[in-house]
Amino acid sequence: MNREFIAALKKEFGNNILDEITSLNETYLTVKKEANVKICDHIYHHLDIPLVSIFATDERKKDGCFKIHYVFSLDKGDAFVIIKINVDEKSPRYNSITHKIATANWYEREIQDMFGLVPVGHPDPRRLVNFEDWPDGVYPLRKDFDIKTKPPRVEGEYVYRRVEGEGVYEIPVGPVHAGVIEPGHFRFSVAGEPIINLEIRHFYTHKGVEKLFENISLDKAVFLAERVSGDNSVAHAVAFCQAVERIAGVDIPGRAKYIRVVLLELERVYNHLGDIAGIATDVAFAMGAAHANRLKEEILQLNEKITGSRLLRGMNTIGGVPRDIGDKKDEILLTLSEIQRDFRELMEYLMSIPSLMDRIETTGRIYNDTAKGLHVVGPVARASGINRDTRRDHPYAAYPETNFKVSVQKGGDVYARTLVRADEVCESIGLIEQALWSLPDGEININIGEIPDGYALGYTEAPRGETLYWVMIENNSIVRCKVRDPSFCNWLAIEYAVLDNIVPDFPIINKSLSLSYSGNDM
Amino acid sequence: MTVEDEIEIMGQRLNDKIKKIFGRSLHIREVDAGSCNACEVEVNALSNPIYDIERFGIHIVASPRHADMLLVTGPVTRNMELALLKTYNATPSPKLVAAMGSCACNGGIFGDTYASGGGVDRFIPVDVYIPGCPPRPQAVIFGIMVALDKLPQKIKKIEAKP
Ligand code: SF4
Repeated sequence: MNREFIAALKKEFGNNILDEITSLNETYLTVKKEANVKICDHIYHHLDIPLVSIFATDERKKDGCFKIHYVFSLDKGDAFVIIKINVDEKSPRYNSITHKIATANWYEREIQDMFGLVPVGHPDPRRLVNFEDWPDGVYPLRKDFDIKTKPPRVEGEYVYRRVEGEGVYEIPVGPVHAGVIEPGHFRFSVAGEPIINLEIRHFYTHKGVEKLFENISLDKAVFLAERVSGDNSVAHAVAFCQAVERIAGVDIPGRAKYIRVVLLELERVYNHLGDIAGIATDVAFAMGAAHANRLKEEILQLNEKITGSRLLRGMNTIGGVPRDIGDKKDEILLTLSEIQRDFRELMEYLMSIPSLMDRIETTGRIYNDTAKGLHVVGPVARASGINRDTRRDHPYAAYPETNFKVSVQKGGDVYARTLVRADEVCESIGLIEQALWSLPDGEININIGEIPDGYALGYTEAPRGETLYWVMIENNSIVRCKVRDPSFCNWLAIEYAVLDNIVPDFPIINKSLSLSYSGNDM
Repeated sequence: MTVEDEIEIMGQRLNDKIKKIFGRSLHIREVDAGSCNACEVEVNALSNPIYDIERFGIHIVASPRHADMLLVTGPVTRNMELALLKTYNATPSPKLVAAMGSCACNGGIFGDTYASGGGVDRFIPVDVYIPGCPPRPQAVIFGIMVALDKLPQKIKKIEAKP
């Protein structure tokens, strides 16, 4: 698939392609800077290939320029095509593709803030990551920016979009919220009860994660990956480790792959249980919430028993896993079978409560074309009819040797998202059982030693969806690590999901999207 | 000892202490100053039916104006600094501040950088540090107890002022 695809692209755009490199399932095509819009547009619209990430690298020292990478995912052939353009420091401008491909919006603004590369023609070139008090001309991800620098705060103003008209008023919410949730700002424009516009403003929790990756050792970097989005620790750590393992060209021991599946699926189960509890909480159905939260807590306690960490931290390392969990097999299986039984009962019960169903059916709808246009991922995408799952489309760890069903719903509402998560809880438990029953004997990790220079993608299907790492190594240290958390794709969907819904339904819609602020802001 | 037993024992001690000092429940406002969200997972766990800390006299409130204590997570990002200060100023005195998690204690893995402030006590006074990444719910309860011991002194100081 990949080879044919590249051949077809070359036929179409031959004289615009300057260079081609293929390693593993990734093909990098450097193209003329001016050709980025038409080539990306062709791949995205004409060939219907999703654009899964855009990121920049500062390679001025080696190649005298910045590079922008557009990552396309060929789901059918388990391959990635990365279109690259070179951007010169002296004229740090390139053509924006956002007017053609909506999902490029935040990426281009992020690159503008972090590298100072201007997307010409971007419909909304406001600041994104750096706030208005950040001085002009200072770009944290440039190599000549020292991570310890604390630029002075300057005067500036962030201008929100305005909706005007008779009876329209604004409700600003956040960054500090009423509940125990992460910080972010929401600005609703409301006429009566229905929401007619929502603008979200994030990056309050920006912690400089990508810059930090460039400043810590490889083994420590695994711990950092675990802390990009705390409740998706395993998915992030595995994605990072896999990227490095791919650069090193090593295949980790089979037992480690199976253990990773167990950990990844335990993480999915407790996250989905928490989300279902959250939805029950937000419709004021305390009893349902208590049950779901109790089940979640049981998984957290199981996690602690088998790994020492309630959030499964410290259980991944480059080259495999540091600790075995094989001896805890019976305990895991027993706990899960009880949880499975209780969970089925709980779901039946929840779905029989009219006051709950009334609140979640048709609420917060994300239409299929909106979800596709924004490149929404994970359970939220699957609830809007998008049949994508990294575990199946780009198999990793021991997933190729397991059986599972990808749950897809068409409704796109809170109800559909709840159903997808409920299915996934049961599928995950099935996956854990399969992995434990067929856990191969042998080592749980291998010592990789020095990592050769190179770069590669690493990817997982986190509880929230497709998680991507792109890591570049030189002299056994990280020179660039691009993290693409699923929430970075999904946040903008909330602006559409709330339209025509009433303000009191916002918390349920928000919860049903299960968005990470930290993973988004990094 | 099961988790339930641990919580029962600690919870009773906590309850006694809160009753003695306040004669009502202790009101806590949680502030995420840039955490990775795992600390929030554990704060939320405190309200699940296993821990259910409300029964020991701890009430998580929606506004700092109703709070006796701020429970702060995260290293204090540059972008959250102002919001944290505003929240602190909105909390009536005498107030307690607990820094929860390695990040809040000293910046943790995020350290002191262009984006990360390197810990809560660089910005507001901290009464108790709760280490862990994230701290277990039991550790948070213990931390709250330690913080409570500091309150009588604070009240005395305020009363001594003419
Ligand atoms: S202390 Fe650890 S768990 Fe808590 S916010 Fe920081 S990194 Fe996350």
